[in-house]
Amino acid sequence: MSYYKMSAIAVLFVLLVGCSSTPVPDPEPTDTTYGGSDDGAYTSGIGVDGMGDGEYFDETTKADETLGSVIYFDFDSSAIRTEDQDLLSAHAIQLSQNSFNNVRLEGHADERGSREYNIGLGERRAQAVRQILMIQGVNASQIQTVSFGEERPESMGESDGDYAQNRRAEIKYTN
Amino acid sequence: MLKNFTRLLIILIFATTTAFAELVIDVQGVSQPTPVAIVPFGFEGSLPGIPLDISAVIKGDLLRSGRFAPMAESDMLQKPTDGADVDFDDWSVLGVEAVVVGKLMQQGGSDAYTLQFQLFDTFRRKQLIGFRMPATRTTVRAAAHRAADMIYEELTGIKGVFGTKLAYITAEQQADGRLYSLMVSDQDGENDRPILESKDPIMSPAWSPDSRQLAYVSFEGSKSSIFIQTLRSGNRFQVSNKPGINGAPAFSPDGRKLLITLGGINGNPDIYVLDIASRQTKRLTTHRAIDTEGTWSPDGQYIYFTSDRSGGPQVYRVLASGGSPERVTFEGSYNARPRLSPDGTRLAVVHNDRGNYRIAVMNLERKALLVLSSGRQDESPSFAPNSDILIYATRQGGDGVLATVSADGLIRQKMASGRGDIREPVWSPFERF
Repeated sequence: MSYYKMSAIAVLFVLLVGCSSTPVPDPEPTDTTYGGSDDGAYTSGIGVDGMGDGEYFDETTKADETLGSVIYFDFDSSAIRTEDQDLLSAHAIQLSQNSFNNVRLEGHADERGSREYNIGLGERRAQAVRQILMIQGVNASQIQTVSFGEERPESMGESDGDYAQNRRAEIKYTN
Repeated sequence: MLKNFTRLLIILIFATTTAFAELVIDVQGVSQPTPVAIVPFGFEGSLPGIPLDISAVIKGDLLRSGRFAPMAESDMLQKPTDGADVDFDDWSVLGVEAVVVGKLMQQGGSDAYTLQFQLFDTFRRKQLIGFRMPATRTTVRAAAHRAADMIYEELTGIKGVFGTKLAYITAEQQADGRLYSLMVSDQDGENDRPILESKDPIMSPAWSPDSRQLAYVSFEGSKSSIFIQTLRSGNRFQVSNKPGINGAPAFSPDGRKLLITLGGINGNPDIYVLDIASRQTKRLTTHRAIDTEGTWSPDGQYIYFTSDRSGGPQVYRVLASGGSPERVTFEGSYNARPRLSPDGTRLAVVHNDRGNYRIAVMNLERKALLVLSSGRQDESPSFAPNSDILIYATRQGGDGVLATVSADGLIRQKMASGRGDIREPVWSPFERF
């Protein structure tokens, strides 16, 4: 008896709670979802504001993924090799034509020597790429640099070949 | 020869009981390690046995110092736990110069213990130390290290560092990438625990002078920023998150300021002094070269740092109040990551020694550079607070391991860890009791 009463109350409670707080899919947007703070309402609000096609725009201008995104450097050097100039120009064109695209230039060093000094060397490489992109018309605000120094090696070995793989800069599109 | 064999055995036994698998690679010494005996400690209480093998902790500390050769238990003719029962002839006949006896006493069935020990000079037949200290189940290990510190200081005249801690970084390869951890452990590798774990790199841990906080660099969100974290609470706060490089934190001797390296949007690393309370920064170096790895002299007067303004990296120093830097290192093409000994007499650097990156120490008065390590890729030297030992990172079988070396270069050893690649060890200051 009291058991039944209890479970009946429990069921009722669940129903009530469900009604008041679980977002039930609504066939039509109501005022509350429109002005509310949950994600669905927010997204449609932007559509109304005339900022639609955001997704479509983003996909068409996404970085050309066939473009290489890593360039390598000589020992103790941040000079861009001649063979990488064309690749950087292609990125520069892409970025200057699509001002909504942003890149993060990640500089890396090989594992030899002191770690914080290597952060400096990695930054020099990222900056060398940044300079080339800016000379070719990319806006400074589209570029962010970060140096990981020797913290994120591409190759884990300890040969000269491994070190050469790790002295690099990576171009990463962040949107 | 026989002595070396016994030492190796003791080390192998320890390898199974400590978090670090320890192995002595080479112990070179002009002076013979002093033969001592640490008699197994007795236990008085309601537990079935002693909750911690105290003599093993003391023995390990003294052994790792390289200055002592603790005798194997099986060679002991007697195993007293009370000073009154020590027969000096039984020890002097074996050539043992000092003997330690003691016991742990539990008060009733409670978590209150007393650790008692005595140190005797067996030849002069004299007690050098008799000491009792309170302990609990959780502090008994620290009490054992404290006993080792007292014994070490009495016998060598040098302050012991067995009660201090280490901080270091580990990187473990996992299925979904690397996991970086900022670890803190006792100086012998025990009690190791992560205080921060991240999928992005963590770098450059630095102790506050009261050893209660660590500053470090974290790349959370693919961007460098500097945090200060309190060990006890685990709380942390961000102190620098500027565009570009935020690196190389180092506390001032009074703990109020932090040296940091900022690169800015144009990526030119220079050294700044950050006031921790106000978050205001003051620029200390202005040069288009890489200026980084700043560190305070213990008296707070100078800032030593790495700069490649002459072409390759060398150590420079500048008055903490500012001014023009003067070059400090001249020997060789690469001297980076300066760290001063806490007594202010020596400077440790990463030095390019004929193509190998090694740890070297320079006597600041005599200017001579002494190469202390023998690896190909040694880095991150850090002095123990007694200025007598350095810890650094080296490579072994493709992994980073930690190694220690006495400041005179005579005693060296390696410590391997089970947590993958281990690097950037930093020795804590003395604990403040």
